[in-house]
Amino acid sequence: MSTVRSTPAPASTGPVRQGAELALDGVRLGHGQGQALPGTVDLRVAPGELVAVVGPSGCGKSTLLRTLAGLLPPLDGRVTEDGTPVTGPAADRALVFQEDALLPWRSVRANVELPLAIRRMGRAERRRTAAGWLERVGLAAHARKLPHQLSGGQRQRVQLARALAGRPRAVLMDEPFGALDPHTRAGMQDLLVDILRGTGATVVFVTHDVDEALHLGDRVALLASGEVLGVPHPRQRDARNAPATTALRRRVLTSL
Amino acid sequence: MSAVRRLVRVASLAAALGLWQVLTAHDVELWLRFGQFPTVGEVASAFGDRLGTGPYWQDLGHSLRRIVIGFLLAAVLGVAAGTAIARSRWAADLLGPLVEVARPVPAIALVPVAILLLPTNEQGIVFITFTAAFFPVLVSTRHAVRALTPVWEEAVLTMGGGRLRVLFSVVLPGALPGVFGGLSVGIGVGWICVISAEMISGEYGVGYRTWQDYTVVDYPGVFVGMATIGALGRLTSTAVEAAGRRATSWLPRPAERPPARAARRADRAARTVRAGRRTAAPAHAPAPEKQPVP
Repeated sequence: MSTVRSTPAPASTGPVRQGAELALDGVRLGHGQGQALPGTVDLRVAPGELVAVVGPSGCGKSTLLRTLAGLLPPLDGRVTEDGTPVTGPAADRALVFQEDALLPWRSVRANVELPLAIRRMGRAERRRTAAGWLERVGLAAHARKLPHQLSGGQRQRVQLARALAGRPRAVLMDEPFGALDPHTRAGMQDLLVDILRGTGATVVFVTHDVDEALHLGDRVALLASGEVLGVPHPRQRDARNAPATTALRRRVLTSL
Repeated sequence: MSAVRRLVRVASLAAALGLWQVLTAHDVELWLRFGQFPTVGEVASAFGDRLGTGPYWQDLGHSLRRIVIGFLLAAVLGVAAGTAIARSRWAADLLGPLVEVARPVPAIALVPVAILLLPTNEQGIVFITFTAAFFPVLVSTRHAVRALTPVWEEAVLTMGGGRLRVLFSVVLPGALPGVFGGLSVGIGVGWICVISAEMISGEYGVGYRTWQDYTVVDYPGVFVGMATIGALGRLTSTAVEAAGRRATSWLPRPAERPPARAARRADRAARTVRAGRRTAAPAHAPAPEKQPVP
């Protein structure tokens, strides 16, 4: 499905890896203490594909991501990565949160270095790799700052850099730009598209913003109804008002 | 701090000492009886005499050693036990009930236990001090660990981090601000208990000496002991506070973040000046930080 991400990544961010194929088969989602959400979920995300998940709040979007990440076990059904059941969290599947998930006592650089340290990368290489990612998200000058000294948008850019620095095969994003103002949000969407280019990573992007879903996604999954619809012009800003996009927007909005 | 405020503070202290001197010098006997009370002058000269003697510094060294050993043990074990109880169901089931039963017993009531259990008086005093400081550290650590933001841990887990990585990269650093709250309380109650234990069963130490002076009717000596305890307590709690500030220097401090309104006002003033609209500037200019001294 993915066609856009063909430009090679800079050397510091590593060679292209194959994205993971994620699948949920008849999964009954349960959050926290095993309370089940209504219905079951079937979703197949192809390697390198970007699927945007939309749905009203409380329908289980975050639970879906946490289940895919392996943080929550499914109450029923199968969650697989390349056909292998997901049994717990792993560096393969990075999670990007809406909330501030940066460790506030670590500098921006140290936050980005964390997944590299977990992978036991050597100090010098760690520093170089983190610097490369901070450069890509435009925060090279802020490497020594603490997260609270950055703006909300800058913090989300650090989160992106941190998630991708670990070279995951899938990135699970939980309304990452939900708390940002519209202008910052559009900039972040462009940055995301740019930064994913060449990583080959599969992306599941949860949002309640239909326009964001229609812009970023190769396909849009409607969690409430279980429909998965192809997006006519993924990641093309000038196709916002194309007839096919408008028709799809109307269809998504009525289903919500 | 302005000169006026500093003056007020010094004057307040001087007035209290002055009142003390007047009441004791005239042996005032209203409802409160100051007849036997030493005067400020007597205490000061006793203090001066003591400072020059070896035993004074020996006592000081004994008390300091006891509190340092007891407090450090309490800090290490309190953080370890608090973290274990908060993070592991097994630890919560095994240790939780014990802690809840033992915690309400005042440490000083454990003197008989200490005498029965431990071979030397010295170890008994350290044990009492340890027990006193242990529970505040444990309880505040437990709360701090339970209050950690869950996404920090989830982030590390989805980077492939294991239990140990979560413990050392998330739990311990994240709980540190709360832990230091417990350490500050712990050092305070630690002093209370080291002095009390010395009064009951010590052979040396500031608490022992103070009680000794009381039994031989050396009242100025008692006050020298009290002043010494106050100074030592202040010293150690300042040290704990300073270590805490250092260890949690990543916390956003009010000084770094000016109040939102003031910042907005300053920002607007700056923009107004840049735009050359001078008329609006004075109204929005930030107020000077210090008021001029009248």
